[in-house]
Amino acid sequence: MSGEFAIIAALVLPLLICAGIWLAGRVPDLREGVTLVGAAALFFVAIVSAMKVSGGESPAISFGEAVPGLEFAFKAEPLGALFALVASGLWIVNSFYSIGYMRGNRERNQTRFYMCFAIALFGAMGVALSANLFTLFVFYEILTLSTYPLVAHKGDANAQRGARIYLMTLLGTSIGFLLVAVIWTGALAGSLDFVPGGLLQQAEGLTPVVASALLILFAFGVGKAALMPFHFWLPNAMVAPTPVSALLHAVAVVKAGVFTILKVAIYIFGEEILNATASREFILAVACFTIVVASLVAMTKDNLKARLAYSTVAQLAYVTCGAMLADPAGFMGGSLQIAAHAVGKITLFMCAGAIYVATGKQNISEMRGLGKRMPLIFIAFFIASLSIIGIPPLAGDWPKYELMQGAADADLDYVPYVLIVSSLLNIAYLLPIPILALMPPPGSGEPAAFKRPGGAPMLTVAAPCFTAILCFLMFFTVGPIADFLEPATGERLPSAYMTSGGQP
Amino acid sequence: MIDAVASLVPVNLAAHAPALLVVLPMMIAPIAALMPNGRIAWLLSILTTGASLVMACVLLSQVRSIEGGAVISYAMGGWTPDAGIEFRIDALNAMVLLLVSVIGFLAAIFSWPTVAAEIREAKRAMFYAAYLVCFTGLTGVASTGDAFNLFVFLEISSIATYVLVALGASRDRRALPAAGNYLLMGTIGASFFVVGVGFLYAATGTLNMAELAVRLEAVRDSKAVFAGYAFIFVGLGIKAAMFPLHQWLPNAYAYSPSFVTMFLAATATKVAIYALVRFLFTVFGLEFSFEGSTLIWVLMPMGIAAMIACSFQAVFQTDVRRTLAYSSVAQVGYMLLGVAIGTTAGVSAGMFHLGNHALIKGALFMALAGVVLTYQGTTLNDLKGLGRTSPWTMTAFAIGALSLIGIPLTAGFQSKFALVNALFEYGWWWAVAVVMFSSLLAVVYMGRILEAVFFRTPANPNKRHKEAPLLILVPLWVLAIANIWVGVQGGFVAGLADDAAAALFIGGGS
Repeated sequence: MSGEFAIIAALVLPLLICAGIWLAGRVPDLREGVTLVGAAALFFVAIVSAMKVSGGESPAISFGEAVPGLEFAFKAEPLGALFALVASGLWIVNSFYSIGYMRGNRERNQTRFYMCFAIALFGAMGVALSANLFTLFVFYEILTLSTYPLVAHKGDANAQRGARIYLMTLLGTSIGFLLVAVIWTGALAGSLDFVPGGLLQQAEGLTPVVASALLILFAFGVGKAALMPFHFWLPNAMVAPTPVSALLHAVAVVKAGVFTILKVAIYIFGEEILNATASREFILAVACFTIVVASLVAMTKDNLKARLAYSTVAQLAYVTCGAMLADPAGFMGGSLQIAAHAVGKITLFMCAGAIYVATGKQNISEMRGLGKRMPLIFIAFFIASLSIIGIPPLAGDWPKYELMQGAADADLDYVPYVLIVSSLLNIAYLLPIPILALMPPPGSGEPAAFKRPGGAPMLTVAAPCFTAILCFLMFFTVGPIADFLEPATGERLPSAYMTSGGQP
Repeated sequence: MIDAVASLVPVNLAAHAPALLVVLPMMIAPIAALMPNGRIAWLLSILTTGASLVMACVLLSQVRSIEGGAVISYAMGGWTPDAGIEFRIDALNAMVLLLVSVIGFLAAIFSWPTVAAEIREAKRAMFYAAYLVCFTGLTGVASTGDAFNLFVFLEISSIATYVLVALGASRDRRALPAAGNYLLMGTIGASFFVVGVGFLYAATGTLNMAELAVRLEAVRDSKAVFAGYAFIFVGLGIKAAMFPLHQWLPNAYAYSPSFVTMFLAATATKVAIYALVRFLFTVFGLEFSFEGSTLIWVLMPMGIAAMIACSFQAVFQTDVRRTLAYSSVAQVGYMLLGVAIGTTAGVSAGMFHLGNHALIKGALFMALAGVVLTYQGTTLNDLKGLGRTSPWTMTAFAIGALSLIGIPLTAGFQSKFALVNALFEYGWWWAVAVVMFSSLLAVVYMGRILEAVFFRTPANPNKRHKEAPLLILVPLWVLAIANIWVGVQGGFVAGLADDAAAALFIGGGS
């Protein structure tokens, strides 16, 4: 399979799956079969394109121009290949989980649900593989629009309100800021392509003021990156069924946002111009502010999904933070965080969903002692929490390590402290949940009985256990992943630590 | 495809395409009026507008036959200009003519079900006659090269429009005051225009627009020319519903028969904008319009005021037709803003948006016509839950709505993109902020409608699964697909707009 064919397949497969789901809509087993087989095929295609990229190729393909100058072009590069790999791989796991969850909860309109899911993956693949800002923007919007019905899935007043906020915030920021930034970039540089080293290098008349304004427009325009003050759509999106929260609001949608920020930082601005841009430090400060404040807000939430949502807001800001450090280690930290946080957070969400299916409980205060009835779920939750906190030997450790390196390289002393405080806050708001569930304090009474006879469906337990194991495995595979990403992020500077005596 | 259609027409017929395009509907109109029943008149209008569409294709392919765009000059009746009337077709005319005839043709096809439901049997033949006269007027405005003749065609189309709007009275009596209001404003506009043309004639002694442009050079500083300029600007501004001269438009759109609303929204204001652009650029010339008279500081604030004020008004309407009407005024603001920049890119973006907006509003009002037909009302309340009961109609409506907002992969996105690009190139970055803000208001007012359509349960439980008839659905989907097509492969329409803008700058730029 050639690299070009892999790109086409990655874009066409989700649409075929969507059509297949529609055709098989009346036979649920067949319908879910289509999803699973399709997801597996998509993952395979993503692997192929990643292998091509790691082999030094950069397969590219163009589908012609919408109007002169605006081209639908796709190109596989390390960052995008990694994102495609994460999104499609976790889609398989999440599809198994969805089957258990949606059937266990007897949700309605399941065909629409799976179809929108496939279109959302189409959007995510397009974002991952886009070769210019225009294509990226188009697929960014497809992703927004296709997930709106998923958020509003329940259809009651609450879901509609949440979905409206979701749509308005994402559309508003993208049209109001991101689109402006895209067109402005085009007007400045005469092109919208992602260029290694930075597209804006070829822009004439780029003053620091203009660059600063552009960066601010990009950072807040990508509403999916959930930088404060445009983060509130994410907690509101938690009205969606849990599989949606798990795959889309921990993996595909939000990661598409921070992925865009990284792409802009690396391929539009480039390390050099980014360093010379004054507003970089401002965005960095906003990201750090988001990390701390979102963690603090998370502590006040008793609803489990709301707490996880705020935790996601904080964790996403890590990626923005890495991008704004504007050095190879920072970029590397941000990229690794995309993968590591995806695996960890999807586990947490799937656990939350499994608890909800089995007991109907959503509040943390009601989960005390529940570990006795659902030990596997809470052990998985525990492992994923440790990964999010960043404790070795779990995947979440590496991004924090790289980010601290990046901050040290950039001589930004306050960033490591922010990261450390964040880890401490993570401990404070995540760990009590599994610990109190598994080891309730004496005298806290018997946990509530299962609402659903038989407890959580088997698939909803197996899926989070699997991803928890992935958290563990990913710790040991980070070397190859980092080598894979290095062409995009640039060579890190080991010698710098050596000379300053900071690193062995 | 245009060339393929054009090559089917015999050469000696093609030579008279400019005349046939306009005269054919004019001749058929009285015949249609005499028809014993409406159905025959309807078929006649389809054939006539179809023939005009073919002629528009012929003209376009003739204009595009040479690099840089040909200019076709046609002396009506063999009388050469100055004594006779000249029809003058360049890339801009050809684009507007194609637009009007495509919409006119689709409108004619889709009209029958709504006309049958809304117009009394006895009046239907007359109704179609009035429609053909209106069509004549609009195509005439878009092809004539004579200033006074332009006034005549403007009045032909306007008087026919007053009749068409007033015929909405059988559905809603408020159509009568709306038509009266329109009549008053329209007549004022036409009078202003003709007074302005009089001034120009006094100053130069000619009515031919190309000749006017040449002779105006010499008398540019005369007060008479300035007065004429001001009169023409205001007169055409009323016709084009330029803010704040737009008060006639919302009621006229909301209460006229559904078919008329759709046709007017997609064509009438567009043709008036064409006439305005033609006068500003070709007759008066870029230098006079933009440097001599600081026009830019009139056109731009009015465009911006329309984009903001009318978008806000659109948000607070309960009748969807009024929402769309106010949105039309706001969209006119976009086009004026593009024109106000005065660069090729700006005018091209304005023309691109003009074409796209016709596709968008055509689709939206066609879908609403289907709703009126099956469910009678167009308030937000009436539209609740229609996404379930008539999915095909409403999906096309949604495509139009997304295009109006400017979501990627739709026509609206492409032209807004071009407009913003032109604004950046010109250095008006603050105007970009206004465009974006106005787009966000579009998200709000269209989002409200889409939410009611797709996510609310019907207020009236009697609504059953009922689609608009096929005669509405097919043209509706043609327009909806056109919206997507332009969004994905917009090269054709963008190319037309580019050629049109280039023609203006070659012809009138000094």
